[in-house]
Amino acid sequence: MAKPKVKKDESATAAEPASDVVMDEAPTSHQPENDDNMSVDPNENGEEGEEGDEIEDEEEEEEEVQRVRLLPGSTPTAASFEFLNEGHTLGNALRPDVEFCAYAIPHPSENKMNVRIQTFEGTTAIEALQKGLRDLQELCDVVTDKFIDARERFVAASAS
Amino acid sequence: MPHKPPTKEELERRKIVGIHEETVTNVSANDFPMTYPGEDHSWDIEAFKRNFRIEFHQNDPFEASFSLIGCDASIANAFRRIMIADIPTLAVETVFINNNTSVIQDEVLAHRLGLIPFKGGREGLHKFLKWWRRPSDESQINNSYYDFNTVLLRLEVRCEHNEDAAPGETDPTKLYKHAHVYARDIEFCPVGRQSRYFSGDDAIAPVNPDILIAKLRPGQEISLTIHMHKGVGSDHAKFSPVATASYRLMPVIQIERPILGADAEKFARCFPRGVIGLEPVTKEEASREGSGYEGHEGELKAVVVDPMRDTVSRECLRHEEFKGKVKLGRRRDHFIFLVESTGQWESDAIFLEAVAHLKKRAQDLEKQVVNMVR
Repeated sequence: MAKPKVKKDESATAAEPASDVVMDEAPTSHQPENDDNMSVDPNENGEEGEEGDEIEDEEEEEEEVQRVRLLPGSTPTAASFEFLNEGHTLGNALRPDVEFCAYAIPHPSENKMNVRIQTFEGTTAIEALQKGLRDLQELCDVVTDKFIDARERFVAASAS
Repeated sequence: MPHKPPTKEELERRKIVGIHEETVTNVSANDFPMTYPGEDHSWDIEAFKRNFRIEFHQNDPFEASFSLIGCDASIANAFRRIMIADIPTLAVETVFINNNTSVIQDEVLAHRLGLIPFKGGREGLHKFLKWWRRPSDESQINNSYYDFNTVLLRLEVRCEHNEDAAPGETDPTKLYKHAHVYARDIEFCPVGRQSRYFSGDDAIAPVNPDILIAKLRPGQEISLTIHMHKGVGSDHAKFSPVATASYRLMPVIQIERPILGADAEKFARCFPRGVIGLEPVTKEEASREGSGYEGHEGELKAVVVDPMRDTVSRECLRHEEFKGKVKLGRRRDHFIFLVESTGQWESDAIFLEAVAHLKKRAQDLEKQVVNMVR
């Protein structure tokens, strides 16, 4: 089910230090030369994107902190996202259907994971990311169903 | 040249990681777009539903083994990591030492207590108990403990001489009372609604009552109050619900050319018991031209019986007589999981919880992404 070209370590080098993503180096054929800016502001969050931003979600009694942000230098079809409090578990499992996708954990002592997505024309990096997250949820449902089936079959077989 | 869809054998071959004497080959997954011209391989939930299988091998409360077949390593690994680090359990978090005159230091004693696995009513543990969070204002800490986030335990042991000991007795456990402090000496003190969820068989108690905590001599005393909280393995291994949660890839053993007679017996000994079996060459096989069995009817040949039990030690590759006769490998999309619970969850429930956890996480992040764009 692995989809895209996943080359983990590359993004670490391609994405440059931390603060600014150097985009003029973007090598790929499908990306436009000129940076048409995203509808979204690459909000330079002073305090590391912690707290602040919008607050949504009344699920738990606690306020949900915005944990995902777009890193500067993103275009609609090529974007880097920063996830707070995520790591290899999700980074590696998340595989949207794209031209290029990679994740990096810039430093192990920071609770951050960066995802780089470059899409083909006709979709955007954000859509691809959303699709990846949705696919992952669907996959989990399938795994749960199959697991419960298999367990029932096993229990029935070992009882007889 | 028009593209030919891959044959079944080709698809099968792509899945096998080759294991040779000193090297491994074909190690990375290739079932994603743009690896093979003319083939799609993009993610398709229906295709996944068709191809993905789970098989159980064992399902006991403390040990479950099952295979996920037809999924990517990233998914299997996510489940494994979540089982180890993200499924919450209840464990000793704070130890208030009222008195400790034993030879074991306070901090070492507290650490030992932390590592003892506890069990209790499942409903209470998983539904009733919630997280405890240290208040930002340290002076409010005594207002942060409630029946739904803290479990109170006590350990009060004092060692004394046993008046009834036989003269000349040298065994300290007979000579003294409470010479050994065991996990069973820890007493659960239910508070508030806890008695509703944790009573009788459901009481909070060590999974194994025989864990030795300390040894005492007459006059020594341990007196502790313990707070347990919920936590996750990523914070501290004591919160991990599993002793191990691991997977390995299904071994593949292909006997390419006949291995017969004494060689077959030697071949079987290269593997753990039960992996390779010996069967007589049938008349039909012996009469088949080019099978390599001609004229060997009735002789024993080596057959692969149960590759799952193989450790892939590669021993068989070291012997001259098997050169070119056997191929070893592992199936890249067949993950044999082994989950050993520490007792707070059923082993199979830990996996289901891990799947639910991954789904929840993807769900939350999807919302976050929507929110980010807004």
